[in-house]
Amino acid sequence: MSGSRRIAAGALVDPANPVEFEFDGRRLVGLAGDTVASALLANGVRLVGRSFKYHRPRGIISAGPEEPCALIDLLGTQGRAPNRPATTVPITAGLRTVSQNRWPSLELDLLSINSLFAAVLPAGFYYKTFMSPGKAWERLYEPAIRRAAGLGVLGAGRSEAVTHGEHTVHDHTDVLVIGSGAAGLAAAKRLQGSGARVMLLERDVVAGGGTLLDTRWQAWREATLAQLTGDTSLQCLTRTQVIAAYGHGVFAAVETLPEAGPDGLPRERLRVIRTKRVLLATGANERWIACENNDRPGVMQAGAALAYLRRYGVAVGSRPVLFVNSDWAYEAAVALHEAGVRPCAIVDPRRDSAAAERARALGITVHAHSVVTTVHGRRAVEGVQLASVDGSSGPNLEADCLLLSGGYQPESALATQAGGSLQWREELAAFVAALPGTTGVVAGAAAGAFGLAAAARDGAEGAVRIAAELGLTLTDDADTAATALQDPAVTPLQALWEVPGRGKAFVDLQHDVTAADIRLAHREGYTHIEHMKRYTTHGMATDQGRTGGVLGAAILAAARGQAPQEIGLPTPRPYVHPTSFAAMAGGEVGAHLRPIRHFPAHDSHVACGAIFVPAGLWLRPLVYATQPGWEPVLRESRAVRTAAGIGDASSLGKIDVQGPDAAKFLDYIYANRFSTLAVGKARYGIMLREDGYLLDDGTTSRLGAQHFLLTTTTANHTHVLEHLEFQLQVNRPDLDVVLMDVTDQWAQFSIAGPRARDVLQKVMPGTDVSGAAVPFLAALPAQIAGVWGRLFRISFSGELAYEVAVPSSRANDVWNALLEAGKPFGAVPYGVDALNTLRIEKGHVTTAELDGNASAHMLGFERMLKAEGDYVGRVLAQRPALSSPERPQLVGVRPSSPSARLRTGALLVEPSAPTRTLGFVSSCTPSVLIDGWVGLAMLAGGRSRHGTRLLAVSPVHGESVDVEITTAHWFDPENARVRA
Amino acid sequence: MLRIPCPHCGTRDEVEFRYKGEASVRRPAADAEVAQFAAYVYERSNPKGWHLEWWFHSAGCRQMLQLWRHTVSHEIHSVGTAQERPSAPISERSA
Amino acid sequence: MSDTSPAPRRFRSSGRYSALRLLREALTGHRGWTPAWRKAEPRKQYQVVIVGGGGHGLATAYYLANHFGITDVAVLEKGPIGLGNVGRNTTIIRSTYYTPENIRFYDFSLKLWEGLEKELNFNAMVSQRGVVYTYHTDGQRDVMTGRANDMRLAGADCIELDRAALKTLIPPISLDNHRFPIMGAFMQPRGGTVRHDAVAWGYARGASEAGVDIIEHCEVTGLRQAGGRVTGVETTRGFIGAGTVCLAVAGHSSHLAAMAGIRLPIESHALQAFVSESIKPFLDVVLMFGAGHFYISQSDKGGMVFGGSTDAHNTYAQRGTQWIAQEVASEGVALLPELANLRILRQWGGIMDMTMDGTPIIGRLPLDGLVMNGGWCYGGFKAIPAGGYTTAHLIARGESHPLTTHMDVDRFAEGRTFDEPGIGPFPWMH
Repeated sequence: MSGSRRIAAGALVDPANPVEFEFDGRRLVGLAGDTVASALLANGVRLVGRSFKYHRPRGIISAGPEEPCALIDLLGTQGRAPNRPATTVPITAGLRTVSQNRWPSLELDLLSINSLFAAVLPAGFYYKTFMSPGKAWERLYEPAIRRAAGLGVLGAGRSEAVTHGEHTVHDHTDVLVIGSGAAGLAAAKRLQGSGARVMLLERDVVAGGGTLLDTRWQAWREATLAQLTGDTSLQCLTRTQVIAAYGHGVFAAVETLPEAGPDGLPRERLRVIRTKRVLLATGANERWIACENNDRPGVMQAGAALAYLRRYGVAVGSRPVLFVNSDWAYEAAVALHEAGVRPCAIVDPRRDSAAAERARALGITVHAHSVVTTVHGRRAVEGVQLASVDGSSGPNLEADCLLLSGGYQPESALATQAGGSLQWREELAAFVAALPGTTGVVAGAAAGAFGLAAAARDGAEGAVRIAAELGLTLTDDADTAATALQDPAVTPLQALWEVPGRGKAFVDLQHDVTAADIRLAHREGYTHIEHMKRYTTHGMATDQGRTGGVLGAAILAAARGQAPQEIGLPTPRPYVHPTSFAAMAGGEVGAHLRPIRHFPAHDSHVACGAIFVPAGLWLRPLVYATQPGWEPVLRESRAVRTAAGIGDASSLGKIDVQGPDAAKFLDYIYANRFSTLAVGKARYGIMLREDGYLLDDGTTSRLGAQHFLLTTTTANHTHVLEHLEFQLQVNRPDLDVVLMDVTDQWAQFSIAGPRARDVLQKVMPGTDVSGAAVPFLAALPAQIAGVWGRLFRISFSGELAYEVAVPSSRANDVWNALLEAGKPFGAVPYGVDALNTLRIEKGHVTTAELDGNASAHMLGFERMLKAEGDYVGRVLAQRPALSSPERPQLVGVRPSSPSARLRTGALLVEPSAPTRTLGFVSSCTPSVLIDGWVGLAMLAGGRSRHGTRLLAVSPVHGESVDVEITTAHWFDPENARVRA
Repeated sequence: MLRIPCPHCGTRDEVEFRYKGEASVRRPAADAEVAQFAAYVYERSNPKGWHLEWWFHSAGCRQMLQLWRHTVSHEIHSVGTAQERPSAPISERSA
Repeated sequence: MSDTSPAPRRFRSSGRYSALRLLREALTGHRGWTPAWRKAEPRKQYQVVIVGGGGHGLATAYYLANHFGITDVAVLEKGPIGLGNVGRNTTIIRSTYYTPENIRFYDFSLKLWEGLEKELNFNAMVSQRGVVYTYHTDGQRDVMTGRANDMRLAGADCIELDRAALKTLIPPISLDNHRFPIMGAFMQPRGGTVRHDAVAWGYARGASEAGVDIIEHCEVTGLRQAGGRVTGVETTRGFIGAGTVCLAVAGHSSHLAAMAGIRLPIESHALQAFVSESIKPFLDVVLMFGAGHFYISQSDKGGMVFGGSTDAHNTYAQRGTQWIAQEVASEGVALLPELANLRILRQWGGIMDMTMDGTPIIGRLPLDGLVMNGGWCYGGFKAIPAGGYTTAHLIARGESHPLTTHMDVDRFAEGRTFDEPGIGPFPWMH
């Protein structure tokens, strides 16, 4: 019931536990433990996909994550996961999968018509055509190409659904062992008792690697795992694929959790691992051989056939032919033969080998000194044509599958990323990686130690080398059980990359790159391995060239008349295996994309009906209304101008500056002077960057002789804090000053408007708050609504105004007390938008004008630049370019007609030269002081243009407004209201 | 990802630190010319090799650190505090 | 720009590319194709030696030979051509810049991109799919409005999209995204993408055909000078004399300039890029996330190509750091939630010349006969045609092209910086 091809017990499947799943709408039954691929094979399904370019029918090539062809889409309850290798997706009850890149169906794919035009679609054909006429590329050719390209389908259009990833886990270890085959297990075992923390990661669902495919090693594997389990210094994780190696011993891995998520799709978790040393026991990948039609469903890696038999009890065919060039690959034939799959034939280019003799003794036919020249059949293998190596024709064998093995390429992507180098090993015809000693070692098949006994020995030796590097003492326990298991004698392989033929011989199966494509690239001058790769797209598919990478390099080398080692391999980039956005994003999605900074009185603002606006990480109250719009903003602004408003300014940066040299330090930081500031007073200051341009502005108060409180703009808080630390620690270590960020410790509220003093008096009963006691720019300790804090008489709105600062824990109490106190005087809460209206009318700048490109001269602050003493930016601020009258200068702007509106971002031009920008409107608002809109602008030579007329144009919106240029400080220039 | 050995906090992830540029350039005396300040502010050696650079341990001790770090291999040779320049790699010791 | 007329058509040694030719070659098993560019051997002396066989070096050589009549030119590349930043970027072209000077320059580049296939007879797949920028606050909208208007006044295109229009244009976008709701967007319809490798190959083919020597595997190890003038370059293949030496090695400009004792206002930083597995059409435009650094487009092959911010420290290692990748993925899922189920295939890094003001440098260096094209920050790829053209102009005419007079290296000392990011001389924060 779990498939007609299931002929034996498999190590991973549970025959008592059938599982039903769906493939292309067909309901199929496999066993618990099956992958989609093994279940399909068990059910005799061969055709599982279509190729990228020619839409040729394709089957299952491998039994692992290196799969280039059998890619499927998983259908979740919401969302859809494309391009998953059927060879790694476990079947679960109700799993729904579909094949990719075919229309209308897998059996009848209309785009397989591309195969007929294959002759005019060689590598890079698109660079040579589709160039005319005019926009035809975008309108005609490209849309057709885009529809034809691509593999799976992403999503079903439920775009607002947030997919929560699993939270990223951070690990620290001493030795990271990657791979739990013979080498990895032996290494972990050798390190036991050394005191080192060991992390053993296995990408497979169970530990064991190659030992799972050899029954002789079962006892050793089980004993070793039993010994390792329960060792608290060792952490062993399966289903965990290391995806990248970074410097400084940092690795990233993706762990697939055993249970699917609520949407039915896999749950994956990123792990970021820091280790002192790594032992890479990542094994080797079986290579492909280029011969005609080597992509027909039923052509498969020899090792994959062995894996399907041992792991899942599935015979991949009933009449297999193997085409191999090494003794190791004979394992598959022997195993199938012994499982009763006969007759089984082996084609081997070598004249003789130890493995061939053993196979013949079992009764397996070996066609020595022979090659497969072509594969017969279209949607499934029907037979293979043989020839002798010297070219004479050989027999035509009937077959339903062809098992290929062109040797093995050690898995070296991680080693290369970790700084390792590749060496060519002639006896293996493969590149083998080595790591710098301080990084770790490569061991087992990954280091070219093929054969399980050799790998186990190499793994243990690698552990000894790492222990020596880390100064660890190892126990003397030699692994006698492993040394008793010997590898069979092997005859060296014979490099074999391509069998010349006439039809398509694929090198990169997923991207449909053929041997002929590689030779074409060479002919056209794309002879470097990286040029060939980019021109043909060889090795750039989802399998990253695992089966065909070296093969392509070897074919290019042959075209160049060189050996593969002379041209090398393309640099393997992260990720070793494709990694989902969900895993990489972890829990930082949706509302958790960034932390949210709430004001201390946030709950009160919510209660007041605030609409919030993001400002960096902060959420600031924008306006207190049910709907955003100018009407509520202007209502709040009018209240401030006519009565009073209560605002929250808590996001301003607040930095405590203390020490005997605090005043000297501020004189160095600010362009204007602070050492002359009296205790109990505040002063507006501007600070420059060392290049002479403005960094930030704000009010700084002297709370004591050696104690200042510096404020920054919301946007520049972090920047200014780090600037102060840098200047103090690097340039002024002579000053005895301590800096402390107190932004989060204090809530700060403004009380602004002609009735502000009345409101303040109510929350400070019994205290003299008269103009004499609390003059303009006073900065005093005070008890506000019963809470000790600070009182500042400063104004951003141009009205009589105070700011009160109280500890954050009392913010809600004081805010509510202020509102309550203000009610009799008509006070209302006002938000950022109203504050903006008020400060624009007053001509105060914010980051809209102080945009990083403004000099003191441009904003009219030049008189604040002190003449005496050093300060940051002093020298470079004196350069003529910063004070040139041609530079933009701050001005006021208002439409000539009160009914016309301004727009921030509109450009100022002369009517006679409407395309020459003279400046731009930096801020604007409807006014509550005058009829119509008012704004601030940065205008070239602006101060000499007061009273002139220009156009404010916004071509994007089709607007052109006649405007008058004014001073920015037209409202209460004497500050009478502020000083009232 | 860099792992930076902070002399105050131990070896910590790069994300705790903020880079602050080349540490070989030093602010000229207050009476220096515009050209000297311009060189200090704008010109960099930007070597392909060992680089003395500032890092600020913003999520740790909030101290400025000086590192000799290799800009190709990212190896960190030595770390010093704001006022103690760390020992230079041998190839950088000539001048 | 009257001198930008297409190059005179001539028969190329690699032959004209066309659909007809493809058909004809198919009949003979594609055996008739020949190398796209000559593998030249170095001669002793050239009128102009261009150091760097990347996009800008090859384009400069192409325009020198085909538009300014100077064919005695060598392009020296330490490895194979086109494997630096021209082959490592996210392929976006646009002219969305903040200063009118830079807008005009990049829009000139867009105009050259628009005619590139015909000019080069090489299909670089210039695809004007549109570049879209989301905004999330009034302040952001205001800044983008100013930029859009500057673009329009400079002759470039830019439009504003409301939420409904944005959703229609990009169905998978999450307008509300639970953290930084999208208020609207600006779009440059003429922006888009180009097949990056083809740009290097196409210019190389066109330059080589006009007589330029493209010399691969020839690393410059020194600059020779006499009497205050550069006389040539020392290379791993011997000394090569030159009347003019042009450095076009963005990412490594400081390294080369140091050979002449020149310190540049540049730091080298790594910018990461990523590509996902291929999927069927998902996103038609280039999309930039205004609440972060994430940007994304889909290639013709179906892969999503995307990136984020720089690694924020000096580096020449062409690889990226892990935490940036996590940030990029988070922002991607916020903007396009369905990306969660897509798998990222590859990640790589390119080395950027980050100037102190975010604006490139095309101009003379303080050594006679030495000019540079570099300091491209994030903008190098899209600038290739204009950068090549204006650098050729500088070399051939002896004075800056009118569009690049603001890109001189003296602007820093004089305080005439064109600070695109508005951050100041801190490239790691740009």
